Formats: sequence, C-alpha cells, structure tokens
Amino acid sequence: MKFKKSLALLLAGGLVAGMLAGCGGKAKTGGEKGLPIIKIATQTPLSGGSAAIGEVIKLGAQLALDDQKDKFKELGFELQLVPYDDQADPKKGVANAQLIGADKSIFAVVGHFNSGVAIPSSEVYEKYSIAMVSPANSATEVTDRGLKTVNRIVARDDSQGPAGANYAVNTLKAKKIFIVQDKTAYGTGLAKAFEKGAEEAGAEILGFEGITLGEKDFNGVLNQILSKKPDLVYFGGIYAEGGLLIKQAREKGINIPIMGGDGLDSSTLVEIAGDAIKNTYITTLAGDPAESEAGKEFMERYKSINNRDAEAYSVYGYDTMGVVLKGIENAITANNNKLPTREQVRDAVRRIKDYQGVLTTVSFDDIGDNEYAKVFIFNYKEASYPPQLEGEVEK
Amino acid sequence: MLNEVIQTIPQVLIDGLALGTVYAVIALGYTMVYGILELINFAHGEIFMTGAFIGTALLIFMTGTGWGSALPAIVMLIIVLIVTAFLTGFLGMGIERLAYRPLRNAPRLIPLITAIGISFLLQDIVRFIAELTKGNYIVTGPSLFTEQVLIKTSSISSIFNDASIKTSFIIVLVTAVVMMVALDIFVNRTRWGMAMRAVAQDRETASLMTVNVNKVISITFFVGSALGGATGVLFAVQYGTIDPYIGFILGLKAFTAAVLGGIGNIRGAMIGGLLLGVLEMFASANLTLLTGGVFGAEYKDVFAFAILIIVLLFKPEGLLGKPVTEKV
Repeated sequence: MKFKKSLALLLAGGLVAGMLAGCGGKAKTGGEKGLPIIKIATQTPLSGGSAAIGEVIKLGAQLALDDQKDKFKELGFELQLVPYDDQADPKKGVANAQLIGADKSIFAVVGHFNSGVAIPSSEVYEKYSIAMVSPANSATEVTDRGLKTVNRIVARDDSQGPAGANYAVNTLKAKKIFIVQDKTAYGTGLAKAFEKGAEEAGAEILGFEGITLGEKDFNGVLNQILSKKPDLVYFGGIYAEGGLLIKQAREKGINIPIMGGDGLDSSTLVEIAGDAIKNTYITTLAGDPAESEAGKEFMERYKSINNRDAEAYSVYGYDTMGVVLKGIENAITANNNKLPTREQVRDAVRRIKDYQGVLTTVSFDDIGDNEYAKVFIFNYKEASYPPQLEGEVEK
Repeated sequence: MLNEVIQTIPQVLIDGLALGTVYAVIALGYTMVYGILELINFAHGEIFMTGAFIGTALLIFMTGTGWGSALPAIVMLIIVLIVTAFLTGFLGMGIERLAYRPLRNAPRLIPLITAIGISFLLQDIVRFIAELTKGNYIVTGPSLFTEQVLIKTSSISSIFNDASIKTSFIIVLVTAVVMMVALDIFVNRTRWGMAMRAVAQDRETASLMTVNVNKVISITFFVGSALGGATGVLFAVQYGTIDPYIGFILGLKAFTAAVLGGIGNIRGAMIGGLLLGVLEMFASANLTLLTGGVFGAEYKDVFAFAILIIVLLFKPEGLLGKPVTEKV
C-alpha cells in the first residue's frame, strides 16, 4: 500500500513537473535572443512507397532554410523548418494541414509530392491563409481551383503528356504505341494525356492496360506487348513498378524504347532495372542540376552536407523553399520589418516575379502556375543516374 | 481471336507457373498452420518477405566478399536457401511462442489480430533495417541466372509462338518441387509428421497419447516458416527487386490459393497456388482480347477471384478438401 501511495505521489510529481516544463517552453516562443520565430512546414511522404523522393525534397528545403537563417536573423527573425509526414495519404495530409493551421507561427508550406494529397490539404491551407508552394504537384486541378494560397514551380500534367507524345512520335518516330498505367490518379492521368497527344500527332495506340500497384510480376501485360509488337511502350506510373516492368520487358526481348513520366525520375529506377534501363526515356518537370554551374555547385554542397547524391527533387525542394523565403522576406519588408500576417505572406508569395533559383526561374501567374515551367526529356543511355538531357519544351 | 490466345499459351503457361509455384509454397505455410491450429497466420506473408530480405542480404554479402566468384552460383544459392530457411524457421517459432501460444485458448479473433499486428511489426522492422543499411528500402540483389532459354514450342505445332524462360525460373521451379515433395514425405512418412497429423485431428486426444503438442506446433511453425523464407529467397532471385511490402499482396493471394485448394490440405495448397498463378497470368495476357477491350489486364484479379468464388460455391471445402478429413 505504502509503495502504491509513493508511486502515485511520484507520478503526480512527474505530471506537475511536466506541466511546468511545458509552460517554460511556451514562455520561450521568442526563441534564442528573443527573436520571433517564423516556421515553415514541409509536407512530403517520409514513410511508405514514395518516401525516397519525399525525404529528398525535405533535405533540399532544409538546406535552403539553413542558407538563409543568418539573413533572417539580421532582419530580426528566427527561421525553423517543421517536417510533416503526409505518408502519401490524403487523410494524413489533411490532418497534418489542420495541425499546421493551428500552429500560429507557421507561415508557409513546402509540399506536397502527391497531387492527390495536395488537393484536399490545400483546402485547409486556404481556410487558414497559409501559402503553399509545391515542388512536384503536376495535376491540373491543383491550381485550376483558383485558390489564393496554392502555387507550384513545376509544369502542369497537361504539358507533360503532350510533350512526351510529341517527342515519341516526332523524334523517336514511334508509329505504334502501347500504353501501360498503374491505375492511380497520377499514372492514369499522365497516360491519358499522353494517349491524346500521341493520337493527335498521328500514332496508333495498340493497347491501354493497367497493372496493380505493389505487384512484382508484369509478365501478363508484357506478353500482350510481345504479341502486338509496338515501336514504343509508354508507362504512366512510379519507379517501383516502372523499374520492374522495364527489367522484365528486356528479359522477354522487348528492346524497343520505353517512355515514362517524372514518376520514373529516381535513382531507385536504375537500381531496380540495372542494365535493362538503356533506351528508356522520361519526361520530367525537374531539369538536370548538373547542366548549370550553379546546379553543379549545389550538388556538391548537398552531397557534402547530406552524404548522398542530390536528385532533381532536392533542387526543387531547395528552390521551392527559396521562393517561399523570398515571399516572406518581401512581406516583412512591406510590413516595415515587423512580423507579417499570414495573409500578407500569402499575397507576397503569389506576387513573386522572376525569382532566380538554382534550377528554375519562377513567376507565378494569377492561379499560381509558374510561367517559366518547362518539361524536360531525358534518356537513360547508361545504367546510371541521372539520365542525360535530350531536350526541353517550354510550357 | 482464339488464334491469338492459343499462340501465346506456352509463354503464359510458363510465366503463370513461375508465379504459381511462389503462391503454392507460401500457401503451404498457411495451410499447415491452419490445419493444426485453425489459425490464419496472417504474419506468414511477412515471414516470406523477411526471408527475401535475409536471402538478398546474404547474396549481396557473399558476392561482395568474393566468395561469390569462388563458388558456383548454384552452390551459393543452396547455402543461402538453407541459412535463410533456418533463420526464418526460428523466427516463425518465436512468433508462435510469443504471439500465439499465450492466446491459444482465447477466442479465435484474438490471435488473428495479433497476427496482423506481427505483420505490421515485421514490415516496419525490415524497412527500418533496410533504410539504415542501404538508405533505401527498395533493395535490388545481385542478378543471378539471367540467361534466357528459348523453347521452340512452335516446333510442336505451328499455332504456338516460341516461349522464352529465364534460367532462374527453372531453378525456382525445381527448388519448389523439391521442397513440396520433401514436405509431403515429412508429413506422411515420418514420426513427427504422424504426430502433426494426430495433433491436427484431435489435439486433446493426441496429448493423451503422449504426443508433445507444444513441440509439434513449434515444429509446424518452423517448417512452414522455413518454407516461406526459402520461397522469399527464390522470389528475390526471380524478380530481383524486393521491398518490405511484398508480403501483403502475395500473402493474400497465397492464402486464397490455400482456400481454393482446400485449406488444411497440403496437396490442395500446391494445386491451388499453381492454378491461381496460371489463371492470373492468363487473364492479364488475354482479358482485353476476350472482352474486346472492355475489360483490360487490370481486371485480372477480378477474373481470378470470380473463378475462386464459383469454385467455392460448388465446392465450399475447396478443390481437394473433404468435409471431414485429416488436415495437415
């Protein structure tokens, strides 16, 4: 009995201490040296199927934030990154968005990776007037809803499909095309856009088939391709299935070019497919950072800090954060160096013109699309990442 | 139209058998445990996945240290298979001891839930370890046995197209058949097998006849999990790339195969697995053709499962299951 009592006392004591500590924390919201804190959230998948890319975006954003910490300190603000894991799941994304909305010191969001998550989550940001800049969402509906908070620095899906189709038909001279897609909003949308573009360019579509996410054996669909003998296979989907599809296709002796969207833009694709990757083309919204001096310098710096190679989306994470910080900086200046409101930040981000990032130039139009967005076409000539740039198409 | 279907049949059969053998050997693990405990061990798919990871890690390690070049690939594979089978066998025993045995007299639903819990646990433990060591949880092993063999099926009859197979498929098939035959002999011809059948029939009576029930159940889990783990290695060799989530869909399909063949019946699981694999492959290759493009390959699971429902409607105990029978 005595033991029980003392245990209760101990627990109660612990509770009180915890509450006190909590209060202590709250009193310190001023941050070190009492500077007001500006938090920026990232919302990307840090676990689950797309975690590889989500992590890379977060690291890029982190680097941009760290670079500008000192500048904001001089302005009188303390910058902080709050990473959220949306698990590539709309429900989780919306739940996180509510948390972000409730945290008054968060002014902007860098994210998401998946359009399907960005769309419902941005409804919440709109309610709280939190600016969102997306490094990756290409679905047309993301900006077509005309929300004040939603911006993206990448091109739209309806530009990626036709750009790929034009390249396939005009440059690769594909006349008969077989399309495979993964039955997700992204994969089907991309494949449909490609189909439309290819038909308009004069190619014949031999088949439009689906595969199931998470499966590893695509021999059934490949047998169809084998018997229909197309000149090109287009895959609308993500690298995990894409890599296996390419590998199994080559094993069956299907040596025609295989083309896909930015979902195949990952070093993991090369790891999965190995040598089979040769003769694979991708359209992507992210350019090759190694093409420019600034990009090369960035890649080296990124590698020395994070101990792994930079991918296209690291740069996009970096540039997105750059745009966000530029917007906040403008809002601060416009507000006589005082802490701006969320509405002021939101409007300042939308007003950004000709922001020069490492890889992208950003000017938002009135619905938040980037006027300078481009579609890039890459070719995996060797079993190595990144692939080689073949061409680029302006939006 | 029919012509085109027939042309591709040899290739479809080969690819279907490759997938089907994997289903069949995993289905064995479900069926054995169900036969003896009437428990659906949903963690079995994850044991298969763990086996795939252990096997790939061993293969990467062995090729990395140069043993790979010293040993012929087939010897290396056999060593890896045996080591993995033992490790996953003990893993299965451990899971039974920790998560199922304390709940043996609890209502049916409770161990089912712990099984689901265990499978989440295994998924994330493997993901954590893989990410920690490789920086990415999608792991690609060294490619072995990638040579293609062309079978001149067109020489049998001109209506067939030629088919090609990977050497790894032959290895998967042979190993799986050896495992299934060995298991059949073990269950039907050895003393432990007899004990297993006795426990499956009537646990209380068996224990009265001096059969050590706990030990028999442990051995059942060991054998089932060892087979599952070894299949994982075969899967990794056949498909090259694995991730911590492969156990879910494959486990579900293998469970279906076990039910199709008659759950609790070992030979039924083998037949169910092969049948499901071939059906699925046939559907994904020909569904578009047969329905004139209305249903594409993405409906292959609907097709396979519709057949399952039809079979079960007419034969609820499964293809080889008998209403009252020895189970294991």
